[in-house]
Amino acid sequence: MAEKLQLEVVTPYKRVLSEEVDEITAPGLIGEFGILPGHTPMLTTLKIGEFSYRQGDETFHLAVNWGYVEVEEDKVTVLVETAEPADEIDIERARAALGRAEEALKGLPSEDKNFRTMEAALERAMIRIQVAGRRAR
Amino acid sequence: MPSLKDIKKRITSVKNTRQITKAMKMVSAAKLRRAQDAVTAARPYAEKMQEVLSSLALREDPGAHPLLEPRERGRALVVLLTADRGLCGGFNGNISKAAERFIHSNAEGYGAYDLMIIGKKGNDLLRRRSLNIARVYENITVSINYGTASLLGQEVVKLFLEGKYDGVFLIYNGFLSAMTQDITVKQLLPVLPRGMEEGTQVTEYLYEPSREEVLKKVLPKHVEVQIFRGLLESSASEHGARMTAMDSASKNASEMIGKLTLQYNRARQAAITKELMEIISGAESIK
Repeated sequence: MAEKLQLEVVTPYKRVLSEEVDEITAPGLIGEFGILPGHTPMLTTLKIGEFSYRQGDETFHLAVNWGYVEVEEDKVTVLVETAEPADEIDIERARAALGRAEEALKGLPSEDKNFRTMEAALERAMIRIQVAGRRAR
Repeated sequence: MPSLKDIKKRITSVKNTRQITKAMKMVSAAKLRRAQDAVTAARPYAEKMQEVLSSLALREDPGAHPLLEPRERGRALVVLLTADRGLCGGFNGNISKAAERFIHSNAEGYGAYDLMIIGKKGNDLLRRRSLNIARVYENITVSINYGTASLLGQEVVKLFLEGKYDGVFLIYNGFLSAMTQDITVKQLLPVLPRGMEEGTQVTEYLYEPSREEVLKKVLPKHVEVQIFRGLLESSASEHGARMTAMDSASKNASEMIGKLTLQYNRARQAAITKELMEIISGAESIK
């Protein structure tokens, strides 16, 4: 059994990272889960959330959008629409997006088809702010 | 024989043309580099997607999801990716002809074909043909983002699920190098679980929440990713084709300038000789 996991995060625009890590925590569709070396092969969908991985004593965080994770023999491939490392997040922009989404949601009935879109935007903004907050630690 | 002034004018005009083609070449080269980076960046995602999908679909029987199920081959939709701008050699012509050939040869055995054209030039070339053009999207190739591809994918999937079309194909210029494009025809729907290379190990996965759920999410995504990749490849090919076309245009212009300059100098020398003769014979007659 390998001691490390080979993590790859890929978006349609670029390969965000490709590193050896010790532990991964990802936001699954039915709840957050962790992956350690020696995990059984798995395929699962992700939702908007906070994705983190640990290298030694250091933990890194990413804000991810919809996607999925494939685990195969200590190789973890993450395919997501967007993935932003904590230090690349523009917190001001995220705050502005949060404000906009909140504003829009107030005026919309929950049946409106835009409601879902705005809700997703709200979620994304909140996750971004949350992830950006980790950077200081 | 054209006068000195006429030749001079031609030279100036050809020089101006060369300047423009040179500038266009430079611009295309810069854009090509960016487009090429985008394609290379998108490939791992698209390939990984295909891999995952293949291993999913291989173990699933075709009835598991409507997007996998082959139907009676009635009407098919052909999504054709062309450029919005010309001056790129045979780029638009070749792909349009390939689409026409694809429809007329009917190798897939569908009853009828409709076209969905992305890019103004494809529409310009094909609208006078006896083809059924269902939809045209212009100016979306100017700046390609995943959102556009995603919208196109959703539309295609919707048309397929509504039963308007029984098959969807994607035709685009695959990017090989700046000089060569490779016309690619891909079947988008129903999704074919192929693309697995011989000897690839099919891993038994643990699916979360369930195989059906994962499949339901992955299939429409797959269509979007394929379209996104097609758009990127097509755009890189377009810039490559334009760069090559403009390069040879600049070369031709330089050649023409050389010839014209030669002609100009000859004419100038002839004029000088003529003048000298006149002066000499004039002086001679005074004696």
